[in-house]
Amino acid sequence: MKKVLVILVVLLLSYAAFASNQLEIFSWWTGGGEEEGLLALYDVFHKYYPDVEIINATVAGGAGTNAKAVLKTRMLGGNPPDSFQVHGGMELIDTYVVTGMMEPITGLLEQWGIKDKFPADILRICSYNGEIYSIPVNVHRGNVVFYNKAILEEVGIKELPATWPEFIEALKKIKAAGYVPLALGDKNKWTATHLFEDILLSTLGAYNYNGLWNGRTSFDHQGVKEALEIFKELMNYINENHASLTWQDATLLVFEGKAAFNVMGDWAEGYLKTLGWTPGKEFGWMTVPGTKGSFMVVTDTFGLPKNAPHRENAIKWLKIISSVEGQDTFNPIKGSIPARIDADKSLYDDYLTWSMNDFATNALCPSIIHGSAAPEGFATALNDTINMYITTKDVKKALREITYAAEDYLE
Amino acid sequence: MSRVSKLFTYILLIIFTLFFLIPIYVLISTSFKPLQEVSLEKMWFLPLKASFQGFVKAFQKLSPNLKNSFILVIPATIISALVGSINGYVLSKIKFRGSNLLFTLILFGMFIPYQSVLFPVIRFLQSINLYGSIWGLVILHIIYGLPITTLIFRNYYAEVPTELIEAAHIDGAGIFKVYWKVLFPISLPGFVVVIIWQFTNIWNEFLFAVTVTSDPTKQPITVALVNLAGSKVVEWNVQMAGALLAALPTLLVYVLLGKYFLRGLLAGSVKG
Amino acid sequence: MIQIKGSTRRRLLGFFILLPTLISLGIFVYGFIGWTVRVSFSNWNSFSKLMKGEYIFVGLRNYFRLFEDPRFQTDLWNTLFFTLFFILGCLSLGILLAVLLDKGLKGSRIFQNLFLFPMAISFVVTGTVWSWIFAPGILPKFPQGMNLLYKLLGLESLQWSWYTSTVSIFHFNLALIPVIIAAIWQLSGYTMAMYLAGLRGIDQALIEAAKVDGATSRQIFWRIKFPILRPITLSAMIILGHISLKIFDLVYSMTGSGPNNVTDVPAIYMFETTFRANKYATGSAIAIVMLVMVAVVIVPYLVSSMKREVSK
Repeated sequence: MKKVLVILVVLLLSYAAFASNQLEIFSWWTGGGEEEGLLALYDVFHKYYPDVEIINATVAGGAGTNAKAVLKTRMLGGNPPDSFQVHGGMELIDTYVVTGMMEPITGLLEQWGIKDKFPADILRICSYNGEIYSIPVNVHRGNVVFYNKAILEEVGIKELPATWPEFIEALKKIKAAGYVPLALGDKNKWTATHLFEDILLSTLGAYNYNGLWNGRTSFDHQGVKEALEIFKELMNYINENHASLTWQDATLLVFEGKAAFNVMGDWAEGYLKTLGWTPGKEFGWMTVPGTKGSFMVVTDTFGLPKNAPHRENAIKWLKIISSVEGQDTFNPIKGSIPARIDADKSLYDDYLTWSMNDFATNALCPSIIHGSAAPEGFATALNDTINMYITTKDVKKALREITYAAEDYLE
Repeated sequence: MSRVSKLFTYILLIIFTLFFLIPIYVLISTSFKPLQEVSLEKMWFLPLKASFQGFVKAFQKLSPNLKNSFILVIPATIISALVGSINGYVLSKIKFRGSNLLFTLILFGMFIPYQSVLFPVIRFLQSINLYGSIWGLVILHIIYGLPITTLIFRNYYAEVPTELIEAAHIDGAGIFKVYWKVLFPISLPGFVVVIIWQFTNIWNEFLFAVTVTSDPTKQPITVALVNLAGSKVVEWNVQMAGALLAALPTLLVYVLLGKYFLRGLLAGSVKG
Repeated sequence: MIQIKGSTRRRLLGFFILLPTLISLGIFVYGFIGWTVRVSFSNWNSFSKLMKGEYIFVGLRNYFRLFEDPRFQTDLWNTLFFTLFFILGCLSLGILLAVLLDKGLKGSRIFQNLFLFPMAISFVVTGTVWSWIFAPGILPKFPQGMNLLYKLLGLESLQWSWYTSTVSIFHFNLALIPVIIAAIWQLSGYTMAMYLAGLRGIDQALIEAAKVDGATSRQIFWRIKFPILRPITLSAMIILGHISLKIFDLVYSMTGSGPNNVTDVPAIYMFETTFRANKYATGSAIAIVMLVMVAVVIVPYLVSSMKREVSK
């Protein structure tokens, strides 16, 4: 026993002694294409800085929930990682920037001469009081509908529905043919809220939707109520077992030919590809009805915490991930598009190219449930409201709760 | 026993066995499937072709964490068992004024939801620089394990005739000598219960593990097991194979020590 | 020099032996609970307020809000029914299995180990497996899990929406049933072991004597064995009760909160409130309510057993 202890202590000490030229990157990318993409990014980093040892600190589970919990406790206790994954926007700003835990990096972007290589809108999402606090490494689109081409063909839907009435007309036809019209998997709640925020974007329009977050638009706006009504209507066309499914299971329904449509962020595209489908061949996509010209942004970013133990290495890391090489290495593997507009389009598939074109030209709107638009408290409250609303279908109550949440969390 | 009632007993036992085996069957058959065969539709079917792909991958990914779990569980179990055993001795045989109150206060610690101490625990570990390390977890599990280990040993030693102890004291033996010479040699069943209990609980504990360790090279196996699943594609065969691997050590403890488990339960913890 | 009597010295030494335990539990249990209580009385309902660390006392406000919260109300009902049926299930299945195994038939050991087996596996894992088993699938065309098994066995009439059901009977959400089954599966082996240990500990001479007096085996069970098993039942209830009041891993990985929170429990709500919504004060209040619920069950038991000891 004593011997074992001695050996353990020696091991522990020798480990500590090595801790010099390191870089600790904290993320929730632990599996599939995400992990591969991250590791490829590390390879790029090592190409330029071979002597830096990377500590790949990952915590999986619950779309980053566990990781965020761990990160908060670490930040609270004053031992931040050197850089960490965070959704651009309020998830970073409200939690870490206003509390003074992050260093602004506007200067670095200017110094590297890449500030104008990102769309101004996305940098605005990552900014607070005129300073940029994180670098977006990838962009996912939230307002996309994926569909099973064979089913649509069989049912005879030739024209893609562009408005809600058209969409519901299509759902009716599909239901009559015996398929699940709209696949939903809200075991983890957020997918329902994801659908709701897309509807909200359609009823408000990009200008008013973006206005919700700076006080320009009030939550009394008719569009909020309309969104709830449309959401309620859609619930007549979902699979009954939605509460037992995750988002993957719901997308799988489309793949298995059981369901026609699935409203999901475009990570579903990557998932359908890993299942063996080719974009445009077996499945198609369109923007959520009524949201053409708007791009619901879900973006992962990295920033620079104050007191980062290896600040110099962290800056090197930021430089790599903001470079075209870094972004074009990571994104094709992860199945997302680069945040830079000067990336090499030939590396991306049909869907992603479509998304890249829209990203460069559309109005960018921050997602609520993916951490960009509102503080986490609001997103959680909205999540709860929508979760109950699916069962109670009480528009008035849901509207009241949303208004309360807005009063509580949005200034 | 009559033949009929024997038969009846067996039938009942087999029915319950089926109930107990359902999830285990799913667990095992999934873990032997190649990824393409894993789907909810086919969950009741055996793998068409047994594949070790899941186990190989799970083992590659989990083996460092398996080691971490041993580094965590072994000292935590042994230390909490030893301290609990000497506490149990004091509380059962050397009573002093207020010792029952102290025992009650100690025991209460066994029932608290860990959530109610989570934040201060983290801040405490941060302040003593053990946050993020296995040793921090070891300390937590020793301390929060003390109430149950103390309880089990106190009840266990309560069965030992007090005269035996008194006689030893009259012969001039001190507390430690009595403990070492008289009680310790007969404590095996008590230790078995405590070890089984602590080993399983610490091995399977998730909440502290995930909040205290974030460096994957330092995480125990429960956290690594959850980490096997990415946020996109979950390879369920790997996941289930990993779950089986992770359960092996606890099962081994059960099989090896199971013989003493009931005896220990009888002598110790079951007392109201 | 004052001669300290041997027994007094022993007592003093005994106290010193306990001291490390007392100090560490004093800090880690009572001190930390105190810290959490303090937070629950504060306005620390955002990360920035927590960071600033400026303590503003709001009294019981967080608690009042919590008890008005429909989700929390659902949680309390869920906890009540879950605990009730879980304990009942574990006790009855445990005693039944113990009685069956106590007959000493060939192969009892194998059965016994098998029933203990689930205890060795982590809740996180079993939760996932059970969530598959009770996943309803899309009825009637594409059943899954149990529903699929029913279909294969020609028992379609038994198909049900399981943990996605939103039906409730006097606040009892039927969706909890599958979760309760999973929890019983996991822990009834433990009650079985406790009962079995109790049964094996009964003096055989007592039973033989009763048999000589012509007692039937049913009479022997109810008159002799059952009374002996009563204290075991009580301590099993305590153990199971506190597990069910703070249950988290199993429900979290099996069903999550469910539609309209039908399978939500305080521990999940606490986790989400604290770590997702950053409402530390409210989260602490939930933790304290959980603690109080546990205490309501435990403290009378502890006090009464302490009194019994004293009177001995």
